Amino acid sequence: MFVSRKYMRAVTATLAGVAALGFATTADAKVEGDTIILGSAISLTGKYSTNGIHAQRGYDFAVDRINEMGGVKVRGKSYKFKIVYYDDESTPARGAQLAERLISQDGVQYMLGPYSSGLTKAIAPVTEKYKIPMVEAEGASRSLFTQGYKYIFAVLSTSEQYLASSIALAAEQAEAQGKKASDVTIAMAFENDPFSLDVRAGVVADAKKFGMKIIIDDKLPRDLSDMTGTLTKVKALKPDLLVVSGHSKGAATAARQLAEMRITTPMVAMTHCEAAKIIEKFGASTDGLLCPTQWAETLSYRDDMFGSAADYDKAFKAVYPDYKNVPYQTAQATAAVMVWKDAFERANTFDKEMLRDALADTDMRTFYGNIKFSEAGNNIAKPMVLRQIQNGKFNVVAPTKWASAKVEFPRKPMF
Amino acid sequence: MLDNIQVLIVAPVFAVDLLLQGLFIGAIFALAAYGLALVWGVMNVKNLCQGDFVIMGGYIAFTMSWFDIHPIIALPVAFVLMFAFGWIVYLLIIKRVVDRDMFTSLLATFGLSLLIQQVLQLIFGPEVQTTDAGFDSIVLADSMIILPWARIISLILASVLALGIIVFMKYSRMGRAIRATAQDPRAARVLGVDTNLVYAFTYALNAAICGAAGVLVAMIWVIQPYYGIVHSIRAFVIVTAAGLGNLPGVIAAGFGLGIAEKYADFVFGAEFAVAAVVSMLIIVLVYRQLQLYRLRQVVR
Repeated sequence: MFVSRKYMRAVTATLAGVAALGFATTADAKVEGDTIILGSAISLTGKYSTNGIHAQRGYDFAVDRINEMGGVKVRGKSYKFKIVYYDDESTPARGAQLAERLISQDGVQYMLGPYSSGLTKAIAPVTEKYKIPMVEAEGASRSLFTQGYKYIFAVLSTSEQYLASSIALAAEQAEAQGKKASDVTIAMAFENDPFSLDVRAGVVADAKKFGMKIIIDDKLPRDLSDMTGTLTKVKALKPDLLVVSGHSKGAATAARQLAEMRITTPMVAMTHCEAAKIIEKFGASTDGLLCPTQWAETLSYRDDMFGSAADYDKAFKAVYPDYKNVPYQTAQATAAVMVWKDAFERANTFDKEMLRDALADTDMRTFYGNIKFSEAGNNIAKPMVLRQIQNGKFNVVAPTKWASAKVEFPRKPMF
Repeated sequence: MLDNIQVLIVAPVFAVDLLLQGLFIGAIFALAAYGLALVWGVMNVKNLCQGDFVIMGGYIAFTMSWFDIHPIIALPVAFVLMFAFGWIVYLLIIKRVVDRDMFTSLLATFGLSLLIQQVLQLIFGPEVQTTDAGFDSIVLADSMIILPWARIISLILASVLALGIIVFMKYSRMGRAIRATAQDPRAARVLGVDTNLVYAFTYALNAAICGAAGVLVAMIWVIQPYYGIVHSIRAFVIVTAAGLGNLPGVIAAGFGLGIAEKYADFVFGAEFAVAAVVSMLIIVLVYRQLQLYRLRQVVR
């Protein structure tokens, strides 16, 4: 008993010492010498790891470029960026824990977002609590911007815009063929998760606007691997437009079964085409499918740091040669770091409150698109673009302003 | 929901289509369930990593597709590899829990299930994968009924495999030993059956069957490291509904589940397909209890 008590005392003393050391370094960890420390908990392992790593590379690519080009100028002095990462293992609870650790233990005052809406949702309450501004690039869910959060800024378009543009396109095509937009019938298949339900809400709102009729409204389960039931209904009811959202598994399942079941719906739009690699896997049968994206390298956006979207694409591939396509997850992560640089230089201070205000006033042009935040913190200056698979390639077809090809309607898949 | 039923009444051709679709997937469910019934009945091990074995089989086919090897050739390969894997798992883990109480085997196989998921994810990443068998579809009834060859072939393969296993269980020496051990392990041991070997063989055979089913799953559906649980649940539902030691029942229940799932999918939406199936299981169980209850009355 005596021994153990002595042992306990030793342990307590050591712990206290470690804690004291920890606090000692906290004081000005946000800016060390000539380095500004940004923090991010991101999915490097677990189910989101692929996209988490895409995002991390986007962050790193931006930091390297900014540091190379003279860094961030604050009060006449040049500072370099550095990012502290922790692996959140793709689990929200861990993400929140790590955000807490970044802020209260490592003293990080400026945050970059994690990957996915779910993780962002888990971290946002923590950054709000400590009043730490966070620029995030990978959480698109509408619900992030309805909570009254003040310290979250997102460079990407929110999820309800993902497939809404396909409704407008369907209306356009109907009118071009001499029909009324309100004659268009829609079949919907959405996974029952926050992201896809947001996408669905956007589709429903736009369909209502045009007076279109939704004739199939199926929810897909989380562990979806078969949607023949929904597709049989599509075959029976013959809608004009089919919209599907269920992450990669939804895209892969839909693309395969559309071909297997010879579904000839004239217009089909779905999310996550690229992530599911449907062109590589299912070839010519995917021709004509419409896929929304946050960003594409063919868009004519540009800035002084990276040049045009195409230049960014080229530069990134030079550093990471194993990328055939640069995913938009990477591009928007880069844009988030650019937003931080811009805010630091305009605010000309390290005070986080003043930085928050500077972030809120952001109005910039980047290779990723224009960035301007609403009151709620989402980017309202950049539209979603819709691409169509044409001869095994993604071509931007809507909105017309950015289109690089004409939409093929009705689609002519080769089964 | 009513609209959907109306569609089936107005155009019964779709009802036929759904029935066929259900048969195709039911065959695969039956395979995995058959393996589970075997392990459960013979060893009294509730194998929670059943679905993960299925997914492993799928990944074997996926890996072989890198080398342009057709999934049909991958099927026997997956069977053999998973047999070996099952044997190793038996020696390392299952052997130690086979005589213990139910929770030990549940925990051990649950742990194994987590381990398999994580290792698969480390090797193959979290993306959804498929293997494309490159088959066409048969188009019938003015393209109202479409039979993808991939599914027809998987039905045939599943049937051949099931038949082979039934013949094996009935006529081979090992099959007899397995059945004897299932009836009474102690008596079997007294009569010279090496029950340890029987257990190892049974477990390995189960893994092999699952592996083969997995190849078929990868061919007609998608695989992902975390998808095992879906297949585990279906296997448990089928075995529970059919009852242990009722192998024709397991196959019938497998087909039944497949068909029920397709109709539920069509009528209630995909979201409720599995829920509908599990509700059916509850009805079956309650019905059986009522029957037993009546028997009890007679005895009294």
